[in-house]
Amino acid sequence: MADNNSGNVEFLKIEDVDLEVERRGAGPPLVLLDDEEGLTRESPLVDELAKSFEVIIPSTPGFGRSSRPDWIETMDDIAYLMLDFLDATGVEDATLIGFSLGGWIAAEMATKNVTRIGRLALIDPYGIKVRGPWDRDTQDIWFLTKEEVQVLKYADPKNGDIDYTEMPDEKLEVIARNRESFARFCWQPYMHNPKLKRRLHRISIPTLVIWGAADGVITTDYGKAYAGEIPGARFEVIENGGHFPHLEQPELFWEVLGGFLADAQQAA
Amino acid sequence: MYAWHFTEMPYPDHPDPDTVPSVRVSLPNKHFDPKLGADLYNRYLDEHMLADDLGLNIMLNEHHQTVTCLDVAAPLAAAILARQTSKARICILGNPMANRADPVRIAEEMAMVDCISRGRLDVGFVRGVPYELFASNTNPTQTLERLWEGIDLCVKAWTHREGCFNFEGKFWHKRSVNIWPTPYQQPHPPVWITGSSDKENIREVARRGFTFAMFLQPYEKVKEMFDAYREATIYDDPEEARRHIAYMPLVATGETEEEALGFAKKVAWYLGAKTAPQFRNPPGYVPISFNVSALKGGYAGRTDAVRARGIDYLKEQGVMMFGTPDQVFEQVKAFYGHVGGFGQLLMMQQAGHLSHEETVKSMTLFAREVYPRIREEFAFKPANKGAAAQ
Repeated sequence: MADNNSGNVEFLKIEDVDLEVERRGAGPPLVLLDDEEGLTRESPLVDELAKSFEVIIPSTPGFGRSSRPDWIETMDDIAYLMLDFLDATGVEDATLIGFSLGGWIAAEMATKNVTRIGRLALIDPYGIKVRGPWDRDTQDIWFLTKEEVQVLKYADPKNGDIDYTEMPDEKLEVIARNRESFARFCWQPYMHNPKLKRRLHRISIPTLVIWGAADGVITTDYGKAYAGEIPGARFEVIENGGHFPHLEQPELFWEVLGGFLADAQQAA
Repeated sequence: MYAWHFTEMPYPDHPDPDTVPSVRVSLPNKHFDPKLGADLYNRYLDEHMLADDLGLNIMLNEHHQTVTCLDVAAPLAAAILARQTSKARICILGNPMANRADPVRIAEEMAMVDCISRGRLDVGFVRGVPYELFASNTNPTQTLERLWEGIDLCVKAWTHREGCFNFEGKFWHKRSVNIWPTPYQQPHPPVWITGSSDKENIREVARRGFTFAMFLQPYEKVKEMFDAYREATIYDDPEEARRHIAYMPLVATGETEEEALGFAKKVAWYLGAKTAPQFRNPPGYVPISFNVSALKGGYAGRTDAVRARGIDYLKEQGVMMFGTPDQVFEQVKAFYGHVGGFGQLLMMQQAGHLSHEETVKSMTLFAREVYPRIREEFAFKPANKGAAAQ
């Protein structure tokens, strides 16, 4: 299954889900939960991480080429399944990093069980409701036009331009599935689990929350509130980075994340 | 064949669509004048009462947050007409089951209207068009599941006669369902379902013996779907199957071709109602394959491709039928031939700025000069029991 852009890809049976798992590099385990658009796995960041880690990239149910049985309905379902996945891989003291929706899933997992997780990094994660019922914490990406969403998501909207017209159907199918699954899990309650905020205090491992200063979908204030619920979490802001700060400001981003990983490994 | 008068009860006096992103979902309701709204509601109800006088049946529907449809609660309109008409069957097509909070409440509403009308109600259920999901907040990936679970619960509520029953499904939980009243028609009113492209869903409609309805599609597409229904129908008698197949075009009948064309152009307003692209295709509403085409720029929502074509194309395809009484009859006949027959002609005879006087004229001409010929030409033949037994 290996191709030029990826390492080894295999499918693991976790309960009745066929989970697509990609592995790159060698070293201590680092589990990377991709963003809902599948952009991170194709970025140079993964190559950087693969220099010192075995980077394990599972596609969560409904994303990439992982199956999505009907019973998978909520973030709880996904988080428990991904904990089962960690058990199946047997990783210990793993670093767990999640981007956007993947960050939300990583946070859910860490509130439930950190037996196999040594440290956590969340990058612009969705997942909580910060303010009151009349306040829009997360901009409504399905109500707005594609162009409006791109302005909110990127420090420089041009960075979000993607030409789909020349892509092979196989790749377009993955993109279409990703979008469908994103709506499946995040339409209502919109982009949050009402229970998550009150569970974040249970996260008992070193945690870094990184936020793009120019994220207009969920703002830095939201990020601060998110990090504030996790005991001892560090909160770092990437200037001129949007919702995917690692894609728009890779060097600044690596300074922050690389430092955290080095510190954490030394401490371990 | 039976014919049904329909209007979505539009509010056509909205701002110029070129000045707003969408006339559905997001157009601020500061543009709604309740005094004009009152006039419109009463006018449209009057036209339905005229349909009753003219011997036409009545179709109602509902939509939300849109200038195209002020009927936001079809059961309310049905309740009014149940009292104010005497002969017409009244078909709600339909109750947006996937977007309603409680199927048992729908069962009760329908049973009540059925009793008030003394059994003249037909109960349609619809999955709901994509832009409804912004008003209802229903998950776009679950509308079909909700539709069928809700229908099962509603039909059970109508037909269970021995006290409370229990239901613990995926979307609804009820521990003691026992509706009062029951429907007037026993075991329950005729059920209708709409569809456009999902053949498996059409087969499910057919297997249950429900009526299948299609709206505003080119005849080749309609034939494909009607064929899917006919192949899966539970009715041995083809005439009984035909009775359960319905189609809706826009219909305008004039004394002259010129007059009809004028009416048709006004009614075609409906097809052009501006809807922002993101409201037309929320992720998960249509299958992955459609969205692969969309990414390549080939699919912009289910009905857009058809509606962007001109009025002549729409007439040729049977999406619109308009002309003198003779011409309208010939168009119905041609469409009937193209699609392999159907039994219920649903007619959007009013939309946009078609005035009350114009609507009355079009309806009256149809009812007096077209409908009798349709009734005769496409009359349901009695079942040939001998042939069926062979």
